[in-house]
This record gives sequence, structure tokens and C-alpha cells, in this order.
Amino acid sequence: MKVSKEEILHIAKLANLNLKEEEIDTYLLHLQDILNFANIVNNAPVEGLSETIGANKNYNVFRKDEIINFEDNEALLANAPEKERNMFKIPKVIQ
Amino acid sequence: MEITELTVHELKEKLANKELTITEVTKAYINRINEKEKDIGAFVTTLEEQSLQKAKEIEEKMKTNEIKGELAGIPIGIKDNICTKGIHTTCSSKMLENFVSPYDATVMEKVNNENMINLGKLNMDEFAMGGSTEYSAFHITKNPWNLNKVPGGSSGGSAAAVAAGMVPWALGSDTGGSIRQPASFCGVVGMKPTYGLVSRYGLVAFASSLDQIGPITKDVEDCAMLLNVITGHDEKDSTSENREKIDYTLSLKNDVKGMKIGVPKEFFGEGIQEEVKQKLEEAIEKYKELGAQIEEFSLDIANYALATYYIIACAEASSNLGRFDGIRYGYRTPNYDNLKDIYKNSRSEAFGSEVKRRIILGTYVLSSGYYDAYYKKAQQVRTLVQSKFDEAFSKYDVILTPTAPTTAFNIGEKSINPLEMYLADICTVSVNIAGLPGISIPCNVDKEGMPIGMQLIGQKFSEETLLNAAYTFEQATKFRENYKPML
Repeated sequence: MKVSKEEILHIAKLANLNLKEEEIDTYLLHLQDILNFANIVNNAPVEGLSETIGANKNYNVFRKDEIINFEDNEALLANAPEKERNMFKIPKVIQ
Repeated sequence: MEITELTVHELKEKLANKELTITEVTKAYINRINEKEKDIGAFVTTLEEQSLQKAKEIEEKMKTNEIKGELAGIPIGIKDNICTKGIHTTCSSKMLENFVSPYDATVMEKVNNENMINLGKLNMDEFAMGGSTEYSAFHITKNPWNLNKVPGGSSGGSAAAVAAGMVPWALGSDTGGSIRQPASFCGVVGMKPTYGLVSRYGLVAFASSLDQIGPITKDVEDCAMLLNVITGHDEKDSTSENREKIDYTLSLKNDVKGMKIGVPKEFFGEGIQEEVKQKLEEAIEKYKELGAQIEEFSLDIANYALATYYIIACAEASSNLGRFDGIRYGYRTPNYDNLKDIYKNSRSEAFGSEVKRRIILGTYVLSSGYYDAYYKKAQQVRTLVQSKFDEAFSKYDVILTPTAPTTAFNIGEKSINPLEMYLADICTVSVNIAGLPGISIPCNVDKEGMPIGMQLIGQKFSEETLLNAAYTFEQATKFRENYKPML
């Protein structure tokens, strides 16, 4: 499958990444290379096989829905890039 | 013998019979780190003052019997994607350069409960994506056996630090070979436990259905001891299995008589360095001498597994790394007018090129129109790989392969060609795809004196069999007595 420049720009947009003009060609080349290799999964004898989503067979692991307070607010907010009055600060969302 | 050359089981004995004190041991390691770090570059963060302080505290408390425990005061190094409360956890990424974890990973709680001493956080490929530690955003790590060569990756800092005697043992993480391949390149022991044996809570997620934390140690006995510490069910990781706790040191019987070892011929074919093949064949002969039954068989899954691995791992990574948005923690761009700009610019400025490459690949295979051709197919191949292993384990106790197709390569040799770097994972990824345990132990060196690793693969939760098989080989061949890094 051939990946176009438009496609890679669309993918970058979905992934919230900006690609510089000079990066686009390199990423395109690498993506194409890797996809050409990855394509061998389409030759694998998997007719009729189900999909495996995890390494173990656990299904719906339940636990009690209990509230556990994380006490150390200060340590949490210490990582905030910007904060104000004990809250994370972000730019205005609704213009 | 120097303190820093001792294994942990030797250290433990010397501490118990008062030949050494905890402070002496800690100081010896700090001196070694100060002496060698400029050559090796194994650490992202060193904890010189804290570890000396901790050593004194533990010594005091042991005097008054306030704490006991045979591992109390034993130092350790931790891969920098495992959360450590109050200590930087960077994943070797600019994104988390200033991140200080507000909590401990479950494995860290276990390490701390044993009163071990954390010497520092170890370098890695950014977000564990890579096989050479060249993709660390901060600095490269060099192989202690030859400073022109890579230590492997992504747990390259952990493996290099153990090999160079800068830590007595370390924790790493393995998504597609990231414990076993650097262990192989650095001539140490590395184990990826069965998926679900060790809690992933507090391990910064790369590919959640493949990631597993495991030990990197000087020998197999140490590996069993560290595995004892970190295993166990954890409610905070719903994929962790609730099983009876095992003392893995009891499995080291030094006897493989009658053990059935399968050797898949496809893992010795094209792309495998001639010397690696040769030395592995010698290892197989050794197992025969020791009384194991060896049989060659066909396990033609390596290429499918590798392709599947890169589809699944990147898909999961593209989702897992969505959390890095510049809002609550991590890097925030100074260049923004609105919320969307914060997301895009923070991610674009702080992720390295390999991380972006994998996010793009992962987003692509999950996107509308390609999901069926790649992601869904890969999930089916995953079933195929598991069933082929099941079939093999109906006949064999252990499967033996090289850990990596080559010995450590030169710094810069593969970092420009991503696909070539990916192909270096060919022997290890299928183990993660199937959720099996795998161990790498050094079996010999090549003509340049670089270590060659042997991988043993077992059925789910057969760590005891693997450790015994590895231990028996190690006792018969004595790699550590015969070969040492040049450093």
C-alpha cells in the first residue's frame, strides 16, 4: 500500500503532531518501509482464527468500587506546567 | 574481590556474617558510579546523598532490630520508566524531564519494603522505544565490554550498569525484548516474566498488552532472588494474576537430566551472525552432556511475530502516549494561543523522532480504512503465534534460541535506519506476543570478545523450569569466571 503525503498529514493531525516540511519526506519513507514489512501479516495463515487482544485470558476483572483519596495534592500539582489556586491552568477553551 | 564485583547472594552473605557493613557496600557502589559514569552514561539520575542517608538509617534500625530482612541494605538501580515517589521519572524523554512521581510503582513499594537502597534511575531509549539506548533524549549509554558499541535497549542503562558493577542488580522492562536483548549485549542475565506475574502499576505504559517488568542481574541465582521480590498479585493492575507466591530460589536444582529442549531451526537461519550460531550450537552440545534431550523442530513464526509486534506495540503506544498533552504534567510549549496548540506544540516539541514515528505508525494502523488490513490481522496472527507455541510446549519443556541475531553493534550503526533496528528484535518479540516468560543468559563471546546471549523460553508461569535450566548451564560453564568487561 502506498502512503501519500496527504495521508501522513491527516495521520499527524489525528495524533496531534505537527510535522515540519523537511520531516514529512523522512517519515513518509520510514512509514512506507515499515508498512511494506508489516504487510506480511496479510500472508499469514489466519483463516478462521479469532483475534487475541491480550496475553492472558482474563475477562472482566472486577473489584469493589471504593473511593480512595490521594492525599498528596501538593506532589500532584508540583508537576503542573501552570497552576493557579490549587488548579491546573489552561488557556480559555470557549472563544 | 572488589565489593562491586560480588553477586547479591554473595553480598547478602557478607552482610549477614558482618564481613561488610551496609554503608561500606553503598559507598563502594557510589565510588564505582563516580568513577565509571563518565565512560558509560548508564544513569539519568544518581542518588548519592539519599542512598548514603538510607544506608545509615537501615543500619541503625537493624541494630535495634526494628527492621530485619535478608535484602535490607542491598543497593539496586531502577529503569527510568518505573515511577519512584519523590524522585524524577523521565522515561529518558524531554516530555518528562522535570516529572517527579507523586507515588511509587508497585514494584518500588516491594523493593522499599525489603529496605533496599535505590542508587538511581537508569537510562533507556525514550519511552522504551528502541534497541540501543541511542534514542534517549539525554545521552547515549555505552557498552562496558567495548565503549564503541551500544549496550542494547531499551533497558540499556540497566544492563550496562549491572555489567559495569555500578549497581549489583537492576529492574528493567520488556515489551519486545528490552530486558533480554541488552542483557545479551552486556553479558548479564535478564528475565522477562510471564505476562501478569509482575504488576505493571506505576510502569509508564508503552504497549500495555506486552509490557512486563523484570530483573537484570549478574547471575541466575540473583535473578531468582529479585523475581521473588517483585512478583505477586496487585489489585491496581487488572492484568496481574492471582497466584500462589513461589520461592524461585528453590527451583535452582542444577540438574536438567531428562529435560526436553526444543530448538526451532528457523531461529538459526538467515540473518543470524555465524558466530552466534556456532556458540549456540556449542551450548546445545553442553546441554546434551548435562543430560537434556535436545530436538530440532520447526517454529516458523518469527517474521509474522515481528510484523505483528510492530503493529500492535505502535497501536497501543499511540493510544497510551495520548495522555501527554501538556496539561497536568510533563512538558508544556511556551508557544500557544489556544488549547489545541498546547497539545500539538507540546507533543511535537518534546517527543523524539522515534517516538513520533511509532505514534504515526500506530495511528495509521488504527485509522479507518487500514484497521482491518493491519491491526485486526495482527491480532489474528497473535492467536496463531500463541497456538504454535502451545503446540511446541506439548512436546518440550523449554525452547532454546539466540537472544539476538548479532552481538552488540557499533554506536550509530543502525540508528539511522528504523527498520533495520526493528529487525534486531526478531528473536525476542514472539515471547511478548504470546505472553510467555523468557530469560537471556550469556553463553560465550565472539571473536571481538563481545558477549553472546542464549534465550530460553517457557510456557506461561514456568519460571522455575527456565531458571533451573539457565542455572544448570551457568554452573557448568562459569561465564562470569571466564569473561569480564574490559572496563
